[in-house]
This record gives sequence, C-alpha cells and structure tokens, in this order.
Amino acid sequence: MTTLAAPTAELTKDEILRYSRHLILPEVGMDGQLKLKQAKVLMVGAGGLGAPLGLYLAASGVGRIGIVDFDVVDFTNLQRQVIHGTKDVGRKKLDSAADSMLDINPYMQVDKFDVALSSENALEIIKDYDMVVDGTDNFPTRYLINDACVILKKPNVYGSIFRFEGQGTVYAYPGGTIDGKQYVQGPCYRCSYPEPPPPGLVPSCAEGGVLGILPGIIGLMQATEAVKLILGVGEPLIGRLVLYDALAMRFREMKVRRNPECPVCGDHPTITELIDYHQFCGVPNPQEVQAMAAPSPGYVSDTEIDAVALKAKLDRGDKFQFIDVREPHEYQIARIPGAKLIPLNDVPKRIGELDPEAETVVHCKMGGRSAKAADFLRAQGFKHVKNMLGGILAWSDKVDPSVPKY
Amino acid sequence: MAKVLIPTPLRQFADKQDHVELNGSSVGEVLGELTTRFPDLRKQLFNDEGKLRSFVNVYLNDEDIRYLQKDATAVASGDTLSIVPSIAGGAPETTGAWAGGI
Repeated sequence: MTTLAAPTAELTKDEILRYSRHLILPEVGMDGQLKLKQAKVLMVGAGGLGAPLGLYLAASGVGRIGIVDFDVVDFTNLQRQVIHGTKDVGRKKLDSAADSMLDINPYMQVDKFDVALSSENALEIIKDYDMVVDGTDNFPTRYLINDACVILKKPNVYGSIFRFEGQGTVYAYPGGTIDGKQYVQGPCYRCSYPEPPPPGLVPSCAEGGVLGILPGIIGLMQATEAVKLILGVGEPLIGRLVLYDALAMRFREMKVRRNPECPVCGDHPTITELIDYHQFCGVPNPQEVQAMAAPSPGYVSDTEIDAVALKAKLDRGDKFQFIDVREPHEYQIARIPGAKLIPLNDVPKRIGELDPEAETVVHCKMGGRSAKAADFLRAQGFKHVKNMLGGILAWSDKVDPSVPKY
Repeated sequence: MAKVLIPTPLRQFADKQDHVELNGSSVGEVLGELTTRFPDLRKQLFNDEGKLRSFVNVYLNDEDIRYLQKDATAVASGDTLSIVPSIAGGAPETTGAWAGGI
C-alpha cells in the first residue's frame, strides 16, 4: 500500500487554483471540494472501466482512491484502457494506473492492492472505503462485490459492458428513497439478477470484443455517480438501470426494485457472509487453473494435443480432419495452414461434412470453444477427437511467431 | 402489436434482428410468439421447466415483469418489451457466457 500526501481538511493555495472550476460551481463549492478530498473510493479493476474512472476521479480531487488489480498491461488493452500507455506494456496495471492518476493530481493518495479480490480479503479491503466502484470483468467478482457491499452497507457503483452495449446503476445504497419510499438499503445486484448465466450457454469468445470507446462512456457514468454520491447532489442512479446502446446512440432506463426475498439484502437474508463465488457461478477459480502444471511441449493424449505436437503431426503428413471453430472475421486475422473453418455455432448443421470415424483435431483462439466443439462431436459419436490446447495463440507462441496474436 | 427489443448477445439467435413487432395480449404470449419465430432463442430465455431464466430480465416498458404479473402481465398495443440479460463485461473464454472484453 502506497501512501502519498495524506489529505487534510482544508485546501492549499495550489489546490484552490487546481479546483477553481469546481469551487465556482455552487453545487460543489468549497464544502463539496472538501467532501471530495475526504472521500475514499475503492476501484476494483484498472481495466476498461477503471481507466476513465481512475483518471477522472483523481482529477476531480477524490482524496483517496484504492485500486484492486493484479493484472499486467498488454498490447490488447491499449485500444480502450486509456490510463495505460504503450510504454506501460508489461508493467503492473496497478503501478501504471497510479502513476497516471498521480501525474494528473499529486494531491491525492492511491492505495494499491496487488491481489485478486476474494472472499478472504474483500471485507477487509472494502471496509475502509466509502463506496466501491465495480470495474471488474467477470461474474464471480461482481457477485462478491455485491454481497460484500450489502454486508458492509456500502454503495456499489455498478457498470458493465458487452460489445456495443452498457449498463449502469447504483446498487446497495444504504438509506435513500425510491419513488418516495424510504429504504434501509437500495436494491442490490442479486435483486436484478439472482443468478449468473451458466458458463457455456452462449459462446462467449465468438461474441467477444468490445468497442474501445464504450467503457469510456460507462466508466464515466460510474464516475459521475460516485462524485454525486460524495457531494450529495442531484438524483443518484438508485433503483434505476441505465442501458446504453452505442450503435443506436440511445440511453434507456429501467426500474430496479428491491426484492424482499433477495437472499442477501431481502427481509430474511439467507446469505450473511461471503461464499465461494466461483462455485456459485459454476466457473473454475482462475488461480487454481493457473496452479495446474502446463503440459510439457509435445504433449498429446487421446483427447488433447498441444501446438508442438500438432506441428509435428502436420509435418509428418498424418491424415486427419483439422477444424477451426472460430468465426470468419477471426479467420481473416490469423489462421493455421490446413485448418478448415467451421464456426462453433455451425458445427451441428455442418456435421455431415465430417467423417465420424476419422481422427479429428479442433482448434479455436484459446482452446475454450474448441473444447466445446470436441465434446459435441464426441457426443455425436465421433471416435477420435482431440482438442488443441491453447488454440492459435499457443501456435503463435510455440510454433510460428509470424502468426499474429489478437 | 408490441415491440420486443432483442439485446446484442441474443441477436445471433434471432436472425441478427435488434427488434421485432409481435402479437400477443400478455407477456407470455408475446414471448411465445418470439420463440416460435426464433426457436433458437427458447433455450436462451427459458429453462427446462419453461421458466424465464434468472439472469434474463424482461421489462414491460420500464417495469420488471417480476413485479407485475410475470407472464400473465397484460400487453397493450404500442408497449415495448425489453429483454435485458446479465452482462459481466469482459472476460476470457473460461469465465463464461456474455462477457465482453474489458
């Protein structure tokens, strides 16, 4: 944890100059600026949403901002994570983000948490802050943040994005009124969505991608709400879910109601402490997955083959069906020579093009979609199906670096 | 006729349409029409017991149908039904569905 200039209860001459445009705004003024300076906001994630959030909250004069992130900046982040620069590739996002924020505003404090937020550490980390701004990218962490915020009675400023669409609201706000009715705590994420989608219901990777500007809009919507909550001005986004569609350039608003039967924030809560959120969401814990030893180069089994073994197989001229289950626009970016493109969603209807008796190897970008395709083909009676581990990214890493990564 | 807005993650199951106009006097009837027209959507919206999945919210205009009369909620001509799924916003393949790319 890094501590720089600790905020004091008054502004210096330099700060008065810096915050001039706030100070002359009656809704902020000196009182408001001091509230900002004394505010403590926890940002979970220094990625797409965290980037604009961190920059603007720092610029606004929020006195203390905690960041939770354990990731490292890579080139694919730069299309949207504007808090990081090309020079930061390979650095910890935490360090890169803190540098950018302190460059904009040295009169603030950044607390760095180089961890994955977990059931073990969440309450301890969150308890020192006034609110959490959720800039994460996965369901387990979102449910974890929600439950921790409900338990600790902290507002959860929520935003999420998908391709061209975003959502934002303020969950779990302690107190406040909705439609004139006083609440102990506003509706929570579980009131909106009691459960996450089961993994694999919809192919995610094929549908992946995000317009680079989108997290800017949604992240700044979250920053706006955070600043409004600190200042106590305006109408906070409590009990309302804003939906944003970038392609239509349209904002819509839905009502979010507190569910009296909500297991966390309802009248008779059944979840009163943090649970195992990976299990709840039906996904493997990434840290456990990482701890599993990667197979040594040249690994091949009845069901799996790695990039090196696949290369040897191709070089030997073995006869087998080699299927790429990615989307056509991905095939345009990069491909492994000899693979036939059948996008995952088309596999069922194009199964007639394949021989169930022949040996089959399937690949995609990272190995997830091809695992699904392999399972499907086996269920259809294909006898010798191997999933290529690590997909075309592993091919680029281990076999042919001239194949671009994306 | 009610207007049904289809969110991005589900458009691949609905001929890439972003909205459709459908008949029906209740939410259940309109969604029935929707999944008759696009059978691939059925599995996305409903579980094996035919119940709306808990990570898919349906709003009649701006109100969640769970707080109205659910499937039996009356739909008038000119109403808008919005399907709003849970999105996590960005994740690698391992973390599951409908995650975008933060």
